[in-house]
Amino acid sequence: LAPWVPVVGLEIHAQISSNSKLFSGSEVQFAAPPNSLVSFFDASLPGTLPVLNRRCVEAAVMTGLALNCSINKKSLFDRKHYFYADLPAGYQITQQRVPIAVNGSLLYSVCIDNKMSQMVTKTVRIKQIQLEQDSGKSLHDDTRSQTLVDLNRAGVGLMEVVMEPDMCCGEEAAAAVRELQLILQTLGSSQAVMAEGQLRVDANVSVHHPGEPYGVRTEVKNINSLRFLAKAVDYEIQRQIEELESGGTILNETRAFDSKLGCTVPMRDKEGKQDYRFMPEPNLPPLILYDTKSLPANMNHQQVVNIDWIHERLPDLPSVKRAKLVEQYGILPEHSFTLLNEDGLTEFFENVVNQTQMKPKKVIGWILKDLLSYLKQHSLTVKESPVSSFVLADLLNLLEKKEISSTAAKQVFAELWKGEGKTPLDIVKEKKLELIQDQKELEEICQAVIHGHENEVIMVVLR
Amino acid sequence: AVKGTLRFQVSAALREGQITPTELCQRCLSLIKSTKFLNAYITVTEETALKQAEESEKRFRRGQPLGVLDGIPVAVKDNFNTAGIETTCASNRLKGYISPYNATVVQKLLDQGAVLVGKTNLDEFAMGSGSTDGVFGPVRNPWSYSRQYKEKSAPKSHSEDKESEWVIAGGSSGGSAAAVSSFTCFAALGSDTGGSTRNPAAHCGVVGLKPTYGLISRHGLIPLVNSMDVPGILTRCVDDAALVLGSLAGHDPKDSTTIQDKFKPFELPNLPDVSKLSIGIPKEYHAPGLSSEILALWSKAADLFKSAGAKVTEVSLPHTRYSIVCYHVLCTAEVASNMARFDGLEYGHRSDMNKSTESMYAATRREGFNAVVRGRILSGNYFLLKQNYENYFVKAQKVRRLIAQDFGKVFGSGVDVLLTPTTLSQAAPYTEFIKEDNRTRSAQDDILTQAANMAGLPAINVPAALSERGLPVGLQFIGRSFQEKQLLTVAKWFEKEVKFPMIQLEEVKRHDHGVFQHQKSASFS
Repeated sequence: LAPWVPVVGLEIHAQISSNSKLFSGSEVQFAAPPNSLVSFFDASLPGTLPVLNRRCVEAAVMTGLALNCSINKKSLFDRKHYFYADLPAGYQITQQRVPIAVNGSLLYSVCIDNKMSQMVTKTVRIKQIQLEQDSGKSLHDDTRSQTLVDLNRAGVGLMEVVMEPDMCCGEEAAAAVRELQLILQTLGSSQAVMAEGQLRVDANVSVHHPGEPYGVRTEVKNINSLRFLAKAVDYEIQRQIEELESGGTILNETRAFDSKLGCTVPMRDKEGKQDYRFMPEPNLPPLILYDTKSLPANMNHQQVVNIDWIHERLPDLPSVKRAKLVEQYGILPEHSFTLLNEDGLTEFFENVVNQTQMKPKKVIGWILKDLLSYLKQHSLTVKESPVSSFVLADLLNLLEKKEISSTAAKQVFAELWKGEGKTPLDIVKEKKLELIQDQKELEEICQAVIHGHENEVIMVVLR
Repeated sequence: AVKGTLRFQVSAALREGQITPTELCQRCLSLIKSTKFLNAYITVTEETALKQAEESEKRFRRGQPLGVLDGIPVAVKDNFNTAGIETTCASNRLKGYISPYNATVVQKLLDQGAVLVGKTNLDEFAMGSGSTDGVFGPVRNPWSYSRQYKEKSAPKSHSEDKESEWVIAGGSSGGSAAAVSSFTCFAALGSDTGGSTRNPAAHCGVVGLKPTYGLISRHGLIPLVNSMDVPGILTRCVDDAALVLGSLAGHDPKDSTTIQDKFKPFELPNLPDVSKLSIGIPKEYHAPGLSSEILALWSKAADLFKSAGAKVTEVSLPHTRYSIVCYHVLCTAEVASNMARFDGLEYGHRSDMNKSTESMYAATRREGFNAVVRGRILSGNYFLLKQNYENYFVKAQKVRRLIAQDFGKVFGSGVDVLLTPTTLSQAAPYTEFIKEDNRTRSAQDDILTQAANMAGLPAINVPAALSERGLPVGLQFIGRSFQEKQLLTVAKWFEKEVKFPMIQLEEVKRHDHGVFQHQKSASFS
């Protein structure tokens, strides 16, 4: 059987972290009472007009720069028409013709064969980033045959990031999205929490034989976590391969990921083959961005967005942070990945390092093996850890000063985990885990053991 | 009367205490009642008007009026949002819809102390050129009942039969034009997308100003074509139009298509001088169907300018003949898009059909829109289909640019203002007008006015003379972008020259008591 080449592309919608919506002044807030954050414009009351939110533009520019994109100094807004209850105006304002940023790239790392020690860097091309409105939410109440519409989310700013089909499996897709998430969170342009709907991922999957053209692709939606993303993509790849090998065909359709069953199912033809009747948005002039060269002298800088100004103020991106950690602490690159991947773990690690004489190279083992595995076992975040960095540093100091053995240290750690407020020293004393340094004391103990086991000693001497 | 800064002569009367805002308001309200047969108003805001008049009166007593508009009764076309007041667009779609906010232009009028007497009638959603296709019935041109018209037209019967040959008011801002023409208010807001302010102004014998696109905020104006709509101003004389313009123009942060430059309200010279100006006569505006009367009037007007020393030349706007089709493509496309929001979910009429969301949408929209609106939505969606977009929408945009460039070239060659007819003929009798459908009529009637909307240019109708049948005929001036001052100066000069007669309406005479004598003199200031 000829090998199959899976091809995976992603369309990611990231909710912009801003105080107000993309085109109106209503607040942006998660889980507010239904329809409490809806302005006249959001409700599509006739006669209202969109006014562009500056912060959203800056967020998109930041993100574009962080993803190595070219920022379009002139970009346009369009209307994308379709009828749905959560789209009050009957159209979404988006950027179809000329988006704000194009042609970027994202570097991410995957492990080979699940070994953390072998990481490979991959690149995925970023086709474009566009600004667009989020829709409201509709909840289907089947028992009463009605749909409830909440417009709080309608009009919130989104950045749609389109990743080219450069990925080949679920793991790569998840790793790429994870890296994007970290970048967005570092920039502050989006909080990118998938569980809160701030980061939504749709996967485009197809398979083909090497040397042949790309196969028909399906779109997979309803993916709510990185884990499910990997599962959904891998399932779909498998499904398509099986389908094609048994002589079937792949339909160009939209499928939903069912997390309970772990498979993809065809979606109710919500949009079908829609003609969105794109039309320029006549109420918004072209978005013009400036850089230091093109900025007119007498322009009020409150009125403009300066790309260079934003570039200068970009924080260290995750890749830079990781490199710095490796250099500063002498840890391995794969360690730096884990540190950044867990929210708050880098800070915890650095706090411990600052409070102990133990070398960072050794501390990292405690952080990644002991602390992290305990947290994972109990499904806790770093913030929820019952062992604080101060307490762990305390423990590590005892170990470093050779007051306890490393086995004893692990025992103490297990005790500390109970979170009963005892210090490491308390536990050491309680359980008599002190390492005995005194030579004479050690001799006495040995003598006592020998005296207590005379028969065994004779056996050993005679042998 | 005080001349100079106060252009509304009635403002002088208010200032001098010759009449109080409340009296003025009451006169207008009772005149509205006695001219009810004109059907110019959809909603008469009697209570709020009297309250506003009361507030104005207090200010006058304190000697602190807000400005020239303080205490002046005004009317607003029913496609502008007015807080707490029904805004229907003459459609079942929005019957009973109470706006929660004021359009910017409405707010500005109210902030100046103007008294809002009512919302005026129009073609449904501003689609039409007769004000005959709204759900509240057609607007009747006040001139139908004027002595001038009755004397000239063959009497159908000897009785005072108000049902006889009344003529249309023009559209789509027919209600606003009729309201101003019949003295029930001193100024009215209309809208102009293809001529909707200038056309009814011409038929009703009033001044109708279409400002440059981007000069006045559209926030709160329920849109027809976002890239062409402007709020229009209807008054009885050019000076009044300049005054209202001054209180409305300027950047609005709520409307991203308004220009940022600060607007400087201007006063027109008392004795305008046109001797140094260059007037262009576009030959393509001698359109098929142009009545011989209007043609003669146009020619006479050109001669007037010549004798005053102005340079009058024939110019060419070669793409004029493509503008109607181009307009229809772009207009219907935007209409299809703008009407997509009317699904009955958030506001307005909602059908009882509840089998599914789709069926509810379909029923709601069918029930709420008249055939004209539905027709335009279907056409527009057709033009926006992926397979048609390049051939229709994009092509039309390209033609639009050519049309705008035509004007650019002419103005660039030294012409200051263009002089053209506003309409092809005088107002038609209603029974005749409705023989053709809305689309046909619009195509015919928009031909002289909508190129200005395509190019975003300012244009104004000035009443010129009465036709042989005793009905008003107007002429149009088109100016350069944002050069309203020059445009209105020329218009004012022309107005003074032609001395258009005042309408002689029985009802108005009864209510006059000298109040409207002030207005009469304002027309000829």
